[in-house]
Amino acid sequence: MHSLAFYLFSAIAVAGAVCLVTFRSPVTSAMSMVVSFLGLAALFVGLNAFFVGVIQVLVYAGAIMVLFIFIIMLLDLNSEERSKTCPALLVASLLIPALFMCQLLGVLQSTENESPKALPLTTAAAHFELDGKETKISQSLKGGDLPDVHLLGEKLFTRYNFPLQVVGVLLLVATIGVVSLSKKGSDRTAKPADQ
Amino acid sequence: MEITFLAISAIKIFVFTFVITLPMIAYSTYAERRVSAILQDRVGPNRVGIPLTLFGGKKDWKFFGLLQPLADGLKGLLKEDFTPAHVRKNYYWIAPALTAVPAFVTVCVIPFGSEITIFGETVKLVIADIGIGPLFIFAIASLSVYGITIAGWASNSKYPFLGGVRACAQMISYEIALGLSIVPVLMVFGMLNLSDIVNEQAINGWLIFPAWGEGLTNPDTGNFNLGRWLLVIPLLISFFIFTVSIFAETNRMPFDLPECETELVGGYHTEYSSMKFALFFMGEYAAMIVGSALIVTVFFGGWSLGFGLDAKWLMDEAGNWKAYAGLVHLGAFLTKVVAFIVFFVWVRWTVPRFRYDQLMKLGWVVFFELALVNIFLTAGIMWWLAR
Repeated sequence: MHSLAFYLFSAIAVAGAVCLVTFRSPVTSAMSMVVSFLGLAALFVGLNAFFVGVIQVLVYAGAIMVLFIFIIMLLDLNSEERSKTCPALLVASLLIPALFMCQLLGVLQSTENESPKALPLTTAAAHFELDGKETKISQSLKGGDLPDVHLLGEKLFTRYNFPLQVVGVLLLVATIGVVSLSKKGSDRTAKPADQ
Repeated sequence: MEITFLAISAIKIFVFTFVITLPMIAYSTYAERRVSAILQDRVGPNRVGIPLTLFGGKKDWKFFGLLQPLADGLKGLLKEDFTPAHVRKNYYWIAPALTAVPAFVTVCVIPFGSEITIFGETVKLVIADIGIGPLFIFAIASLSVYGITIAGWASNSKYPFLGGVRACAQMISYEIALGLSIVPVLMVFGMLNLSDIVNEQAINGWLIFPAWGEGLTNPDTGNFNLGRWLLVIPLLISFFIFTVSIFAETNRMPFDLPECETELVGGYHTEYSSMKFALFFMGEYAAMIVGSALIVTVFFGGWSLGFGLDAKWLMDEAGNWKAYAGLVHLGAFLTKVVAFIVFFVWVRWTVPRFRYDQLMKLGWVVFFELALVNIFLTAGIMWWLAR
């Protein structure tokens, strides 16, 4: 059952990726990318990583790709014309995936192919007790559930708290930068018309 | 086990989407027309019933026009499905489905009731009981913007295109307010499973009206729980932002700029006819129903009867739900949802339409900031209470 779903959604993801590079119309390419993202999200869900899967849909398929399509439609981009292939580019685009495949095969060969075991949830629950008291995470682990949102939050806000804050500040700076840059340009052009 | 699980899931999917949600969509259109008629001192559609005169009877049975949605559906199927020559065919065809399907998929995480026991098998009245309910709904609902945008673009003419662009910008903007406004709620509950959230509210009081359980007696001290009532202030703000954002997300009246007929003819569905046109409307009403269901589930205790009645009437001594508890809960849930649908309709026929810049300003300048401040307010109150 699980492996059937895995093959189905991997096929969808790969098909979307192939369509993305083969179709010439920008909107079709963007939509195939959405399909590919949805396939990926389903794979995450199959790995019990519900939160990652849903965020994949929410952020990539639901927000970023919508903006892509919005821009493509507003600029009214027509089909990409077939440009001449540069030999150096062709070699590079063959070489890099080939190298990646070699590495992937190496990793796959060195790992033993054993069937997945159930996670030892009850023993893991002991790690999440705070001073002998039960927390929400340990409770649901004992109940046989994997509280992936709670676990992710716990790791992010304790062990990786500093990187998280730094990334947050970085994004804020980028946002302010974009706003101030776009404001500057529009002021210069808009002022004569206003007065 | 696997087979029974699959069979039960299939039955649940069929019942919740086709037996409950689909007729609700049909009768929402009827409610829309009748309520608007009441508000405007008209009669509304009150004729379509069983036409006994066709078969030699003396008088038609009218049933207050209750069969009107059926007639409308039939009309949608039988009308000519006209495809204009200037459209982009593939996308023109797929767009109505892209609008309707996400709205139906989101039904699967809504808890319609607690649980019923048939033949010794206890069935939870939710299709997929996953630990990330509200996020799942937001994620899938965010995909419905593709249908509208693609419809506007594929129609290949001016007004639909403007409608599509408006819908796209509006839905992205209000998704932010929607997502941020629910954060205080999740902070108070500390979990994302909608079934557990409703269960918690059945025991400890609805989120914005905790008049029983923990809302009255503090579990630590046994005194009146003033802190819980203090939390109602930010939660009411959350409720307000959330509800208004749902109006914008579903393109309902004060914010129906994407299809505003005084400026854009019909907006993104101008070039559509017959069932394709009806699919857009089904998508819109389905989104409205799921939105109402989400508001009810998160803020008004979902399927719970409230006032401590769940434990008193529907539980046995061991604390398990009685066999028929789920059916009572289903009734309570649907009553609340219908009340909210009537509220949605009422607002549509009461409040005039916003201007597009006002809409954007409201989303980005008022709600975005208010939701952020609200998160800090909730965190402050919770920190002060936990000291």
